[in-house]
Amino acid sequence: MNSKTTSLLGAALVLALALAGCGSGSSGSAGSSGSAGSTSGAGTTAAYDPDATIEIGSLYEPQNLDNTAGGGQGVTEAFNGNVYEGLFRLTDDGKVESLLAKDHTVSKDGLTYTFTLRDGVKFHSGKPLTSADVKYSIEKVIGPDSQSARKSSLTVIKSIDTPDDSTVKVKLSSKSISLVYNLSYVWIVNSQAKNLTTTEDGTGPYTLGEWKRGSALTLERFPGYWGTPATNKQVVFHYFTDATALNNALLTKAVDVVTSEQSPDALANFENSADYTINNGKSTTKLLLAFNDRKAPFDKVLVRKAITSAIDNKKLLSSIWGDYGTLIGSMVPPTDPWYEDLTSVNPYDPNLAKQELAQAGYANGFSFTLDTPNYDPHPTVATFVKSELAKVGITVNINVITADQWYTKVYKNHDFAATLQEHVNDRDVVWYGNPDFYWGYDNPQVTKWVEQAEQSDTAEGQTELLKKVNRQIAADAASDWLYLYPQIVVASSSLSGYPVNGLNSQFYAYGIKKSGGRG
Amino acid sequence: MTAYLLRRTAFLVVSLFLAAVVLFLLLRLLPGDPANALLSVGASPEQVAAARHAIGTDRPLLQQFVSWLGEMARLDLGSSFVSTLPVGPEIAARLVVTVPLTLLSFLLAVVIAVPVGFVAAYRASTWYGSVLSALSQLGIAVPVFWVGMLLITVFALHLGVLPAGGFPQDDWADPGEALTSLTLPVVTIALVMSASLIRYVRSATLDVLGSDYLRTARALGSSFIGAMWRHGLRNAVVPVVSILGIELATTFLGAVVVESVFALPGLGTMLVKGFAQHDYPVIQGILVVSTFAVLVIGFAADLVQRLVDPRLRRSLGGRFPGDGA
Repeated sequence: MNSKTTSLLGAALVLALALAGCGSGSSGSAGSSGSAGSTSGAGTTAAYDPDATIEIGSLYEPQNLDNTAGGGQGVTEAFNGNVYEGLFRLTDDGKVESLLAKDHTVSKDGLTYTFTLRDGVKFHSGKPLTSADVKYSIEKVIGPDSQSARKSSLTVIKSIDTPDDSTVKVKLSSKSISLVYNLSYVWIVNSQAKNLTTTEDGTGPYTLGEWKRGSALTLERFPGYWGTPATNKQVVFHYFTDATALNNALLTKAVDVVTSEQSPDALANFENSADYTINNGKSTTKLLLAFNDRKAPFDKVLVRKAITSAIDNKKLLSSIWGDYGTLIGSMVPPTDPWYEDLTSVNPYDPNLAKQELAQAGYANGFSFTLDTPNYDPHPTVATFVKSELAKVGITVNINVITADQWYTKVYKNHDFAATLQEHVNDRDVVWYGNPDFYWGYDNPQVTKWVEQAEQSDTAEGQTELLKKVNRQIAADAASDWLYLYPQIVVASSSLSGYPVNGLNSQFYAYGIKKSGGRG
Repeated sequence: MTAYLLRRTAFLVVSLFLAAVVLFLLLRLLPGDPANALLSVGASPEQVAAARHAIGTDRPLLQQFVSWLGEMARLDLGSSFVSTLPVGPEIAARLVVTVPLTLLSFLLAVVIAVPVGFVAAYRASTWYGSVLSALSQLGIAVPVFWVGMLLITVFALHLGVLPAGGFPQDDWADPGEALTSLTLPVVTIALVMSASLIRYVRSATLDVLGSDYLRTARALGSSFIGAMWRHGLRNAVVPVVSILGIELATTFLGAVVVESVFALPGLGTMLVKGFAQHDYPVIQGILVVSTFAVLVIGFAADLVQRLVDPRLRRSLGGRFPGDGA
């Protein structure tokens, strides 16, 4: 026994020494990671390393690699536009442009779209792109097994025909001006590809290198790409579960860029530093105080307006995000074509709020329960709302619930008085045209405008009608749109060409340039 | 000995089965529907129903349980609800991080705790004996993530000598690099763990130091070191070994937290994510594997105790290899 114990202790000592040794040995490699390459000045983008590796830090690891089978936000971030392409592309500033579709025509009745495919496009497996792949890909999104969150917006598609290899004819059951936009998030996949949850076969500028689950996903520049090749050779998405760990990685230069900062606390580390650039981009995520417009007292417009005027959104935003984020006063973010600044419709004015409450017959106030999701920032916001409304005589009972309870209680059963929720998608003002949606806003005029907008012949017509919708819901205070989240990308100053808005969670990496010298 | 081994093995199987039942039922008692976690806002009731059917949570509980047991009997841990990928291979891939992390932390904790605990006891009446004792008390109170963040701030952010987190993508292809990325996590867990271990070593040593047999050995002319080595150590080690088994299991718990702080792709981060997404197969798989590991560790600690303590062997009448004398 003596010998056993001593040998165990001995082994442990050797290990401890080995650990210590490795620790000190690492200093060289950790510090030198950024200094290879050409010798241009730090921060200049004129000279960049075309064979650079871009290290991207993110909190959103894909669940799997198929966006119709529950891949989630993570696979959109890593793959959209990078590995897979659609017929159209949604640019970082919210415009829709042709991608795999060379051009398209719309029949007079607006019910038939004919798309002509770009020539010379090949999948990563080498197979040329044909109309059959496009048909297969669209049907994959609208099929019965699809878990795509966008499935419902494509239900107008009645049939898809492929008269020849480069032509796709899509027939609709009713007119849909949004079709082209909606097709921008339908990935065109090789119809013969297998195992798309763990592999890929797209047409994008990158191929999948390796996906090490729980850790990182590597993309390699695709040499056979039909378009402009990527301005870097390799992209590695590093995945973190802890925001502090992610920021530490950026501080130690283990990553070059963080796709989306979720907490303003860490930004102090990067502010006033020449090594980093903080980009205050525009997100599409709105924080809503959503009323149940069906039920008293929130069935009264005046009550909703009073609450909207009683809450100081500016103070709320700055207490949560400091100088970041935007007030928009409606459901439409600035990257939607029908955006207007409507913050003045229901200005912050507690006295006005009191008058409106009195007019509505609630001079002595009332009390209601606020269903509050248990994750940030909702509980903090709920406390703020409670103290603001107390000033005008309204008592708020905060009821904290899980995301799952929210889904069942609020979203499905409409069993709530008011709730807090973030709405992440762009172009989602159209939900106010659906009286069955969880908030129960029912204005037949708005419903009609939303329908007409979708039936418009021109984008201008659509924009005009949705602007009307937006003004009307603001006038009715259908919900209280507390603020628009900031989209903050923090990057090493040696990077340029990265997306700053990240609409719909996408993160185009093909234009990112990394300058050689970092000083 | 054979009877003992058989008994222990039967105990292991029964415990594992009971653990499986409890695990399964507890998970189902949690509020929430995994199908909802799969889909985002905007999903239609039909999509939710389809998702529920696809993952099989629309079947009766007993049926789900029996089919899960059947899969386990075939050593198949099933597929994740969320990713649809098999759970077993992913657990295996993550053990490559978690097992070395746990074992190295454990060894380092022992290396720290044994001499420190001994000195704290042997010099209990001196000022540094008291300081060591107080420090270990403090160590027990400090949360493991805080130690991790402190070490990151000093060694990664300020000194820049060690990475703040992450693990090489090619795992152990370059052992030096892998060990480098495990250094801070290992030190974090070891520091916190050694704190409680020091207390055990200290009290075991104090017992021995006050014992009659040690005094007798000294009276018969043994040097202090000789008496400690020949009589003291083998007595002190018995309670320490039994506690080590439990400590090894708690090290795994520490790993769950530390993996998140250091962004390590281990079982801990996988478990946390599984819980967040109501991913029953993932949670069940990890907990079954770790329950099994804890039971096996307990078994091993039991064996080691018999190895070092002849009294245990004799009292149970068992014979043991190498027990000839």
